[in-house]
Amino acid sequence: MVKRVVIVGGGAAGMQTALELKSRGIEPMIVERDIELGGKVRGWHKLFPSFTPAGDVLKPIAERIKAERIRCFLGQDVVGIASDGVTLRSGERILADAVVIATGFTLFDAHRKQEYGYGLYDNVITSVDLERMMNGGKVMLADGSEPRRIAILHCVGSRDEKVGQRHCSKVCCITGVKQAIELKQLFPTADVFNFYMDIRMFGPGYEELYREAQEKYNVHFVRGRISEAAETINKRIQIKAEDTLTGRPLRMTVDMLVLLVGMNANYENGDLAAKSGLSLAPNGYFMAQNSFLGTVCSECEGIFFAGAATAPKSLADTLAEASLTASKVDEFLRNKFPSWQ
Amino acid sequence: MKRASWQEYQKDIADDKYYYARSCIRQNFFPGSERAFLNILANDLGKDIYDDPLHTSCTGIGYHSDVVPLETIMTVVARQFALMAEAGYENFISSCITSFGIYNEVLSTWEEFPETEERTRRYLKEATGRELVKPRSIAHTSDVMFTHRHSIARKAKRRLVNIHTGEPLRVVEHIGCHYAKIFPKSGIGGSEFPYVLAGMIESWGGQVVDYPERRHCCGFGFRNYLAQANRGYSIANSHKKLESMAPYKPDFIVANCPGCTMFLDKWQYAIAEMDGTIYGADGKGIPVLTYEEMAGLVLGYDPWELGMQFHQVDVEPLLDKLGVEYDPKAKYLGKDGKYIGEPKPVAVNCESERYIYEMKENLERW
Repeated sequence: MVKRVVIVGGGAAGMQTALELKSRGIEPMIVERDIELGGKVRGWHKLFPSFTPAGDVLKPIAERIKAERIRCFLGQDVVGIASDGVTLRSGERILADAVVIATGFTLFDAHRKQEYGYGLYDNVITSVDLERMMNGGKVMLADGSEPRRIAILHCVGSRDEKVGQRHCSKVCCITGVKQAIELKQLFPTADVFNFYMDIRMFGPGYEELYREAQEKYNVHFVRGRISEAAETINKRIQIKAEDTLTGRPLRMTVDMLVLLVGMNANYENGDLAAKSGLSLAPNGYFMAQNSFLGTVCSECEGIFFAGAATAPKSLADTLAEASLTASKVDEFLRNKFPSWQ
Repeated sequence: MKRASWQEYQKDIADDKYYYARSCIRQNFFPGSERAFLNILANDLGKDIYDDPLHTSCTGIGYHSDVVPLETIMTVVARQFALMAEAGYENFISSCITSFGIYNEVLSTWEEFPETEERTRRYLKEATGRELVKPRSIAHTSDVMFTHRHSIARKAKRRLVNIHTGEPLRVVEHIGCHYAKIFPKSGIGGSEFPYVLAGMIESWGGQVVDYPERRHCCGFGFRNYLAQANRGYSIANSHKKLESMAPYKPDFIVANCPGCTMFLDKWQYAIAEMDGTIYGADGKGIPVLTYEEMAGLVLGYDPWELGMQFHQVDVEPLLDKLGVEYDPKAKYLGKDGKYIGEPKPVAVNCESERYIYEMKENLERW
């Protein structure tokens, strides 16, 4: 008899988990609250550190989902999770033999850092806005002109107690380096400044890219957080910061300020966890059963995790983890149903 | 205006029955403003407001200058609250931004550390025999004016519009640091974009100027000014703000803090003396108003009744733009109608041309 697994979330983690399960003879079903699959990667321009177009990764996965005829429930909110299935907002229950939570993360709302003026000043944008601009083929200021001086601010909504987000979002540093290089490629004569607290280059090729940004592209890295941004009379952005290496405050005017927004836990995690008996980490992400041997397992038998539902992760880590999740689900089903093939 | 975020920062502001706590600086430098506030609340708006002669300084300036201990200021604050209760009021409103910060800080400290409240109760009882009763609500007087801004607009005799051009007046609003930078939730609009003065300006027809150094401190900062050696730091901050706002050609500045109103006004004179820079149009300074003066002009009060002759920068150019009728000869008449003398013309003032000429000549001679 076919074993069914419902996957909550149709982003990269959910889709890859579905494909891995399918290859193991398990029938996956994806429930996605958006009307399209793809999650946060959809709309992204290029991926670090290789500058691979995001579509080159996402499109084959989406095509395989279609080719494998994996059942998808789109535009559906999950309001309850149990080991035998999920409950949709409509009240409908989708029964299954196991559940995978691949609900991902929520982007930090840059409006909350009012001091940076996102939503107030036309030329203050987020890293996500910049990716969309790049995808649209035109990066420009609000008046249509080219930026000549750009500041990129790291850790917006990450490692910030003031907004209740103490954790590191892990991928922003390398995203900032990648975007700085892309901006220099677009505007070779522009000055690009990255304002950072620490540069955390943990992945393969990241440190090399950071060096390349400095040596080949002459991107300026300033260790210090921007304290406030304000619009000047000619719609440029005046920023204030402290260069903590020289110990001096600085004030400069840029044409564009890019805020590297962090990854936050989904607001719904608390409600879902409370209803299903799962635990949350202090940062609001789902808590894995074990930090070493059970990173994709939950405290509830039959409920598993994939991707950034448990912590900020890169796309590469997310896709790799999907295989592990599928393996653990497979192992669980075989133990639970010994007679199953 | 794009800034809708102020709506996320709201607090309870009483609609009526206020216990009024005065400001030490304002009583000396802007006594007309406090009088105007009482008149507007009581006479124009028909509110119950009590001006208690028994209350004292909150001792905030001494506290921030490290000469008044925490226990002392807490007991002084407790006495103010006790007086409020004895007078039959629950809604405490403070004319001073420093005091407003102090009251919030003390209330918050009592909440976080209940033993300090108990200790203060004991001190108050031992020293004065009074009982501490905490207020039901606490607000700055600009909060109260903001709350009634629409009522004032309905009674307005004029709007903040240049009668010669029909254009809204461009207004720089400056918020005292202790209004919301200590406790963002205690200010309308939070600490980054307080809306308390902007709301009044917009309701009364003016246009708020958003300039780069809008959120910067005026530079008063207690010890920046009180310690003579630090005064350069104080004026440098005002200078930074004035340089930043000047390209927007503001018609006037309005502030809700005693120190800010005073320093943004008087440092203009000092800067003109130091390097000859004058920030307003036509070689005049930029007038700096209190929000009571702004409300008073909107309601048709006489500028000299409002005490606007106390300003360093003359307000006549602004009065002309607003179409305010005033008697120039009455500017320096005392309450008994006798001439009280007037300051010498200086840079930033209306009759400054001759003075500036002399000043430049002196500079050249040096």
